[in-house]
Amino acid sequence: MFKVLYMKNKAEINTEIKKGDKALLKIDDISLSFVQYTSGLRQTELKVISKLSMEAYSGEILAVVGSSGSGKSLLAHAILGILPSNAKLEGKMEYNGQKLTQEKKEEIRGKEIALIPQSTTYLDPLMRISNQVIGSVEEKNEGLMKKTQREIFQKYNLKPAVDRMFPHELSGGMTRRVLVSTALMGSAKLIIADEPTPGLDENTLNETLSYFKDMVNKGCAVILITHDIKAALKISDKIAIFYAGTILEVANVEDFKNNGENLRHPYTRALWNALPQNKFQAIKGHQPMQDEIIDGCIFYERCSKKKDLCSKGIPQLKKVNGGMVRCNNVS
Amino acid sequence: MKYKKLGIFIGKKTLKLISLLIVVCLASFWIVEQSPIDPVRAYIGEMSIQPEQKAKLDEYWGVNTPPQEKFLNWAENILKGDFGVSLIYRISVFDVIKERSIASLILMASSWLISGILGFVLGIIAGMKKGTWIDKIIKTYCYILTATPTFWLALILLMVFSVNLGLFPIGLGVPIGVTAENVTFFDKLQHLILPTITLSLLGVAQIAMFTREKLIEVLSSDYVLFAKARGEKGFDLVLRHGVRNVALPAITLQFLGFSELFGGAVLVEQVFSYPGIGQAAVAAGLRSDVPLLLGIVIFSALFVFFGNLIADIIYEFIDPRIKQQEATI
Repeated sequence: MFKVLYMKNKAEINTEIKKGDKALLKIDDISLSFVQYTSGLRQTELKVISKLSMEAYSGEILAVVGSSGSGKSLLAHAILGILPSNAKLEGKMEYNGQKLTQEKKEEIRGKEIALIPQSTTYLDPLMRISNQVIGSVEEKNEGLMKKTQREIFQKYNLKPAVDRMFPHELSGGMTRRVLVSTALMGSAKLIIADEPTPGLDENTLNETLSYFKDMVNKGCAVILITHDIKAALKISDKIAIFYAGTILEVANVEDFKNNGENLRHPYTRALWNALPQNKFQAIKGHQPMQDEIIDGCIFYERCSKKKDLCSKGIPQLKKVNGGMVRCNNVS
Repeated sequence: MKYKKLGIFIGKKTLKLISLLIVVCLASFWIVEQSPIDPVRAYIGEMSIQPEQKAKLDEYWGVNTPPQEKFLNWAENILKGDFGVSLIYRISVFDVIKERSIASLILMASSWLISGILGFVLGIIAGMKKGTWIDKIIKTYCYILTATPTFWLALILLMVFSVNLGLFPIGLGVPIGVTAENVTFFDKLQHLILPTITLSLLGVAQIAMFTREKLIEVLSSDYVLFAKARGEKGFDLVLRHGVRNVALPAITLQFLGFSELFGGAVLVEQVFSYPGIGQAAVAAGLRSDVPLLLGIVIFSALFVFFGNLIADIIYEFIDPRIKQQEATI
């Protein structure tokens, strides 16, 4: 009962914010591949993201849900422009109505776009925490930044002693809070959180998720990259289903109920029904490997509703019921 | 807790030092014992003497006592602080080492510092500009240098700068024909420059290559990626994260290089006739000055040991990560 009410409330708030609102980040058909050398001097291209489209709105949490190792982090790195040099990125990205080029990314990352990384390895092992969180600033601003940092730490219940600690001295929960703090130091409008939840106990998990709610309430757009669909459903407004390097469906949170009849893609439905509290049924097969070349729909092999058409060409992206889907069965 | 750890550390190191010295003394004593050079002959020099007189001298010096007894006698004196008298310089071994090591330490310290700083800077530049022409130049330079024999480089520098250009003296530590009180600081400096350059140039290669590799590793780490994601870039990023993470292992390596520094100094001093400990070692070896040779062996073992000890201290007590690990045990 409570849950339904809560969801209804959220839906209302969302429609309010979204009214006449344009997407803050618009990703249109991007593909990402790596050039690799195999056996001697033969070059091959390893495609890790193909034809991926999604949109992130201010005041909304968009969860990108997919299994581990499917290239979700690379999506985050692609948005920030911190891909390795052998990566090839194609397609269009728009930020705030402007084309998001590599130069633009370098200009606004850390200022308007903030990343919340996965683990403690993203902190410099030899730098004290407060210096890391403050980051590289001009000397005259240092006092002010130090104050801001202290305030944020206070809010997240990080004691003054933490300021002078080194990363290895932090507990898992503290590391998480420190990493989240880094995103709040600037005036970021778009926050990308890369797997912020694994390994957290129920309390810390809820606490971490509540930080993202705070950010959204302040008007930020949050992209939550995770493999934990349960956590994603708790706080997100929209869920993008990431499968083998592409997004098969973007669904509203309200669509995830009952037997998933409101869900648009067979894979999303299968994922929903695989959850323990639902039918607890797994589907056969596994995600295609990155070096497999697939002509048709990427889910073709495992789909229960496949048609001849599905093996020929990638299905068009369609807008259905306030969401998006790549499936020939939906109209 | 902290003092207990320090106590254990010092205790362990002292034990190590004692066993090291015993082994070094035994080994070098045995090797000298096997040497075909007759110490009495070396002592007499070119003078011709009767076989009977020679036999008397042999007996006086104890040439025919068994090696074990010789060793024990010598070791006993060492423990009392008596290193004996040098056969070639005719003064106490301790005084020879003291006088010679000051000259050598100045040479080694200056080239150690120069090679360390220069190597580190070159390594950082090469690592930052990985794959560009400047990286290739630095890499090639390092590869060539690691393949260069010390004495050969010393000879080349000597030929170019002293013989052909006449910029520096041919050798020795002070000018010839000048009384000790008239030797100026500038004179000493001028004699020091070429040997220092030789040693520095060669020392650069190892530290530069190490710094380069380490920096490349650091630059591809998660935390540098995150720093980039937060808008840090260019030289500032390398300074904030790169230098910080590379400096400690690089300094450690530089201290571990003490042994090579000592080996290099022996050759360089020989070529430049620089009156240091290395040259004394060569002279002692060639002319069978056993007390001096053994004294220098002990001195150099101590020197290298303390270099390694400093590296260990940096590793165990200065790196905050190691400090923390110990604290949690």
